Amino acid sequence: MRIDARGMYYRDLNKMIHQAVKNGETEIVLDNVNGQRYIGTGINEKVRITVNGVPGNDLAAFMNGPEITVYANAQDGIGNTMNDGTVVVHGGAGDVLGYAMRGGKIFIKGNVGYRVGIHMKEYQDRVPAIVVGGTAGDFFGEYMAGGILVVLGLNRKPGDPLTGDYLGTGMHGGIIYLRGEVERYKLGKEVEVFELNEEDEKKLQPFLEEYCAHFGFELEEVLSVPFCKLLPVSKRPYGRLYAY
Amino acid sequence: MIGTFPRIPSGCAISGMMSKKGRRMNGEAVIKSIALMHDRSNGLGGGFAAYGIYPDFKNHYAFHILYSSKQNRIDTETYLKDKFIVDRCEPIPTRNVDNITDPPIIWRYFLLVDGKSLYDNAGQPVDERDYVVEAVMYINNCLDGAFVISSGKNMGAFKGVGYPEDIGRFFCLEDYEAYIWTSHGRFPTNTPGWWGGAHPFCLLDWSVVHNGEISSYGINKRYLEMFNYRCELQTDTEVVAYFVDLLHRKQGIPLELTCKILAAPFWQEIDRMEPEQRAVYTAIRQVYGSALLNGPFSFIIANSRAMIGLNDRIKLRPMTVGIKDDMVYMASEESAIREICPDLDEVWTAEAGEPVIAELEEGVEV
Amino acid sequence: MSVYLPAEFNVQIDHTLCRRCRRCVAECGFGTLSFKGDKVVADHKKCVACQRCVSTCPEAAINVVKNPLAYKENHHWTPEHIKNLHKQAATGGMLLTGGGNDKVYKSYFDHMVLDACQVTNPSIDPLREPMELRTYLGSKPDSLEFRYSENGEYKLKTKLNPQVKLDTPIVFSAMSYGAISLNAHKALASAAKECGILYNTGEGGLHKELYCYGENTIVQVASGRFGVNQEYLNRAAVVEIKCGQGAKPGIGGHLPGEKVNREVSQTRMIPEGSDAISPAPHHDIYSIEDLAQLIYAIKEATGYEKPVSVKIAAVHNVAAIASGIARAGADIIYLDGFRGGTGAAPTIIRDNVGIPIEIALAAVDDRLRKEGIRNKVSIIASGGIRSSADMAKAIALGADAVAVGTAALIAMGCRLCQKCYTGSCSWGIATQRPELVRRLNPDKAAQCLINMIRGWSLELKEILGALGVNAVESLRGSRERLRGIGLNETELNILGIKPAGR
Repeated sequence: MRIDARGMYYRDLNKMIHQAVKNGETEIVLDNVNGQRYIGTGINEKVRITVNGVPGNDLAAFMNGPEITVYANAQDGIGNTMNDGTVVVHGGAGDVLGYAMRGGKIFIKGNVGYRVGIHMKEYQDRVPAIVVGGTAGDFFGEYMAGGILVVLGLNRKPGDPLTGDYLGTGMHGGIIYLRGEVERYKLGKEVEVFELNEEDEKKLQPFLEEYCAHFGFELEEVLSVPFCKLLPVSKRPYGRLYAY
Repeated sequence: MIGTFPRIPSGCAISGMMSKKGRRMNGEAVIKSIALMHDRSNGLGGGFAAYGIYPDFKNHYAFHILYSSKQNRIDTETYLKDKFIVDRCEPIPTRNVDNITDPPIIWRYFLLVDGKSLYDNAGQPVDERDYVVEAVMYINNCLDGAFVISSGKNMGAFKGVGYPEDIGRFFCLEDYEAYIWTSHGRFPTNTPGWWGGAHPFCLLDWSVVHNGEISSYGINKRYLEMFNYRCELQTDTEVVAYFVDLLHRKQGIPLELTCKILAAPFWQEIDRMEPEQRAVYTAIRQVYGSALLNGPFSFIIANSRAMIGLNDRIKLRPMTVGIKDDMVYMASEESAIREICPDLDEVWTAEAGEPVIAELEEGVEV
Repeated sequence: MSVYLPAEFNVQIDHTLCRRCRRCVAECGFGTLSFKGDKVVADHKKCVACQRCVSTCPEAAINVVKNPLAYKENHHWTPEHIKNLHKQAATGGMLLTGGGNDKVYKSYFDHMVLDACQVTNPSIDPLREPMELRTYLGSKPDSLEFRYSENGEYKLKTKLNPQVKLDTPIVFSAMSYGAISLNAHKALASAAKECGILYNTGEGGLHKELYCYGENTIVQVASGRFGVNQEYLNRAAVVEIKCGQGAKPGIGGHLPGEKVNREVSQTRMIPEGSDAISPAPHHDIYSIEDLAQLIYAIKEATGYEKPVSVKIAAVHNVAAIASGIARAGADIIYLDGFRGGTGAAPTIIRDNVGIPIEIALAAVDDRLRKEGIRNKVSIIASGGIRSSADMAKAIALGADAVAVGTAALIAMGCRLCQKCYTGSCSWGIATQRPELVRRLNPDKAAQCLINMIRGWSLELKEILGALGVNAVESLRGSRERLRGIGLNETELNILGIKPAGR
């Protein structure tokens, strides 16, 4: 089903989408989207939503199942507290991507903004993942407590850093994979850089394959640069903060 | 304004009469009725509202104003001339009555609003009645020594410190003819000595006479303030006039439901209603909780087409209703009705929280 | 370097009464008591005066007294300052505490008195006559529209925003599972259901065993988003965005990894043993329009069927903040004053940041009225509400309902030793240690809570009766029924009340 979203208020658009899902639609295409918020929010079914245009903030917030593909850049707050599903953005994304995300996958073709993947956490079989094709801003993976963050730095302009500062500050769970090297001064106090082991490669490979499949990159080219990983030094970074 | 007074709790007598056919009667009967209940008042306040008394000026807002001094009158008239077209102004006729002492200066004005004035600073149209309400609020709150006691069309309030029958004679009410008369005898528990504090309390063509005390006054006042009603007079009756203005005139809530907001049914009763009625009354309690009038009261509220009797929801104050032909009577005591109409077709006591609404018959023009 | 710190309390054991049953040894969660040789001995330094041993000793052989050890008298350098400095010299850490601000700031509740009717208007006897406490939380419109139907009845045209019913104007404050035990949560939830009120999950997620209390549940969305998913949001009666807490305004939450056992990890949806950090602020709220965005994200996720509450700490500019929250689309504003409790907070923050709830509430209610938006939100006031009198005064100042945390804990047995952060609570409340948690029987604790709510409700009815009104909405915001005693003109002005005698 197709919906022309031109000029629609988000509440009306989302109502239509929810109704369509209720009616059993599994493929919904939204044309002329521009700024409508909360697309995908509150949907528990595994439907496919295609967004043609720039979706508004909090795309896929509290989302629990759908697969959303965006053919444009996306704004702030994508995948806020997302529980399950997939978001694929054929462009860049803004700040606070995947905040407190607990499940599902987000693939961003280009660059992402500040505070991406913060408070991301995993629980049992739910391991959320974000793959960033370009570069990431400051506070990437701040307070990260679980899940997988990947930054590829593809198509970088010369001099563009892979990530911003305060990388993994307060991180106490999960893994950050970086394609290339990272300057030590960028690291938060709570993380350390490690080389990838075999298990890491097994873990990373499917995400890279999926990224390449979505956006038409060659896996070989992606793998042509060695990766490193960041892990928290402690599950309890703030253990010695208090006088009891 | 004429000083700030603390709120004065009071007990009282009320009586009202109305011809549903719009027949006009002079003030003799209503004075006789309220006088019978002399012992319910203590001589510290009496008053009347009368509808239909100015047929020659029926499209004018008739302002009855009390002044402390001549200077206050001159200042207020400057304001009136600025806001209104003043077609006539004159002292309200009075006569000497032994027990009535130290009256203020009492004038009346017949005013029209120039259509050109009815735009706010942003050029948006302003409702004419809102414009008049604002002027009343301004005079009462911001101008020294001036108090508007009534401001409706073809109606007026006459009130002061004294027993109601003396106040009635003081104002020569036998010379006025009205199709609705309401009256009040007051028993305040201390002495304000202020004429403006007597009932009825009026705004536009609303008038209220009230027996009892509104224990929820504190929140009622703060609620009304949110809608720009300024309750500086500290008479609890004032809030009733503002509530009917806000709920019925401005928000368009039917009179019957307006009464149900002021004296809302108990939850126990609401919970037993059919779903649609339950929805109505649940919403009323949820949304208008701050407009619930709590405490003992009986009111007679009137406007130019209706007279309404209303008791509090557990009926802590008395109210009797009588019918004779086209006449409807309401009073604190049955005897006050029998005194002027011994032979009633029907008589009953009003029920708790159930409004008694008497309206002009359809087609009656006044 | 370790420092000699004298014991705060002395445990006195009457060995002539003691029958050596050793129950006290087992009862103390802090390891103060042990059995040596032929008698119970105390390591006084470990005693926190939680009175568990005193209360459970079958022979009443134990007493706990303040250690009479005298510090050199000094009104500036109090014993507390001296002790804290020694503690910090030894550890280099931030001082930690639990419970609410216990310092000697003026309690405004204790400087306000309620009115009553005498003669000129009658009081009402609540034992005989109806007395209504029912309260609805939610955003109300300024007016209603009706239509007249064919059958001569008025029907409601206006569609109201969601409203949640309270049988009495009390809710239990937010206390997370993790900070307090599952048994404590069960007690709060079942008592809330029985009393027709709400309890609040706090930010620690919702245990599956408590799903059945959904209609009586406020679920919190805090910056850590623990346990927050669609099901969590939709189980609840109210969803609350936690922006602040009275005990630690501007400071986040931090549940240490050792308290994250298997069960806690399940409700928080994080791995066992990992720190549960939820710092201030929400990283998706850096400005008021971001709050609006999150409020509506939650409304979208819950089909606009649940009121959204925003909890903030009472701080200096609280009135303007509350106005912004109301305009951002919140249905409820939950104001937490500086006496509000906490499972753990830096002492310095708890004791020095924020303002009293009485002041904050008065300022907020005033501001919302001045702006004509008071109907848009309900106000829940909390932060040191100790009795039905405090509740009545808060309602008169303008609260729709009050939230009680510390009072509820005390009803369940808490002695306010303020050591919640240690996880050693002997009363089985603020602990996850199974042997301690077991002590709190959820059914019995629920009964205590129900009794407390019943008692407060009866008292509130008496207060209303004395005031001559028979519905709580006639007290709500009716500051005319309050008078100040011992308050200066500015304080009276802020509270919007007259002095006694006027």
